[in-house]
Amino acid sequence: MTYLLDVAALTRKDLLLELRAKETLPSMLLFVIAALTIFHFALPHGTADAAALGLLWSAIVFTALLGLTRAFVAEREQGLFDALVLAPCDRSAIWLAKSLAVLAFLVCAELVALPAFGAFFAGVDGRTVVAVALADLGIASVGTLFGAMAVAGRARELLLPLLFLPMAIPIVVGGVGGYLWFLVLYDAIFALLAWATFEYVVAEV
Amino acid sequence: MIAGTGLSKRLGDRRVLRDLDVALPDGGFLLVTGPNGSGKTTLLRVLAGLSAPDRGTLELPPRQTIGFLGHEPLVYRELTPLENLTLFGRLYRIPERGERIGMLLERFGLWEVRHQRVSTFSRGMQQRLGLCRALLHEPALLLLDEPFNALDADGAALLEGILAEPRTTVVATHEPERVERFATVRLACS
Repeated sequence: MTYLLDVAALTRKDLLLELRAKETLPSMLLFVIAALTIFHFALPHGTADAAALGLLWSAIVFTALLGLTRAFVAEREQGLFDALVLAPCDRSAIWLAKSLAVLAFLVCAELVALPAFGAFFAGVDGRTVVAVALADLGIASVGTLFGAMAVAGRARELLLPLLFLPMAIPIVVGGVGGYLWFLVLYDAIFALLAWATFEYVVAEV
Repeated sequence: MIAGTGLSKRLGDRRVLRDLDVALPDGGFLLVTGPNGSGKTTLLRVLAGLSAPDRGTLELPPRQTIGFLGHEPLVYRELTPLENLTLFGRLYRIPERGERIGMLLERFGLWEVRHQRVSTFSRGMQQRLGLCRALLHEPALLLLDEPFNALDADGAALLEGILAEPRTTVVATHEPERVERFATVRLACS
């Protein structure tokens, strides 16, 4: 119960920071709409639905990457990892809370992106919506872990895409193919790994 | 309270700490002095458990009993003082934290601005809030890195009052004259 209350307090903090700063979510919204608009004009008329669906997944992954690069900005710029790490709460609570905040931003971006995709290309079926929701869980959990790792590195702007994009390939494969069980398995394995290893990632950020 | 033997630490190619011995009993006051770049900050981070020494042995109290203030106040700038202290109070499991937070904000002259965002504060006010955060859980060991930075005369007097309280304290500063009278152990970094 204490663990969940810590997670709730940290998640509330991240959502409040975004509500005040308004930096991450507007950028993600603008990016995903711009990307879909570019794809709309770049693709020849009558492009197959499957090809268009692939572009939706590309847009989602790169929009998520944009959000992840901003996930630890406050902690990085103001040295706040020190204060969080010194607190006696379980360090995985920091990861879980940040993942939930990233997830919330991703869902908000997709609430705009999916109808926009429907307007530009073709309507999105229920299976794709479920696949996107499952992909969000994997993106948020793995991306948040890599976001924290990137904070410690010197070339942090380069490090996050280099770590995250290869790990996003299975998500795209599962999403485009509609392999929901594959996505469930990916989420379960990597969320568990991220939860268990976050403590070591922030040990000396 | 603190017992370190043969502590060494490298940052990149530079050896910042070299075979350092540190011992501070309960209630002691360690004054760490030295010019910029002499390793004071690195030593404080090691003593806070934020950075592991490359070599040597170190005994520290549990992390929940450590209060740390580094070069930054370590508070969220887009939150208010009340929101910051409530968050850290929650993470430190402080019972009746509302009362404790109110007392600290009053003491450090931040009660009137408790609902304003920290980003609107001067650096001195942020430093006061950083001190509130470091003291929030009534730490047994207080580690302060250049704590007088940006504090005005009133703030400095408040801090001196805090330093005079019976508590195990480590202060790193290049202005030792301010805290010399409290020191029981001295360490000069070079």
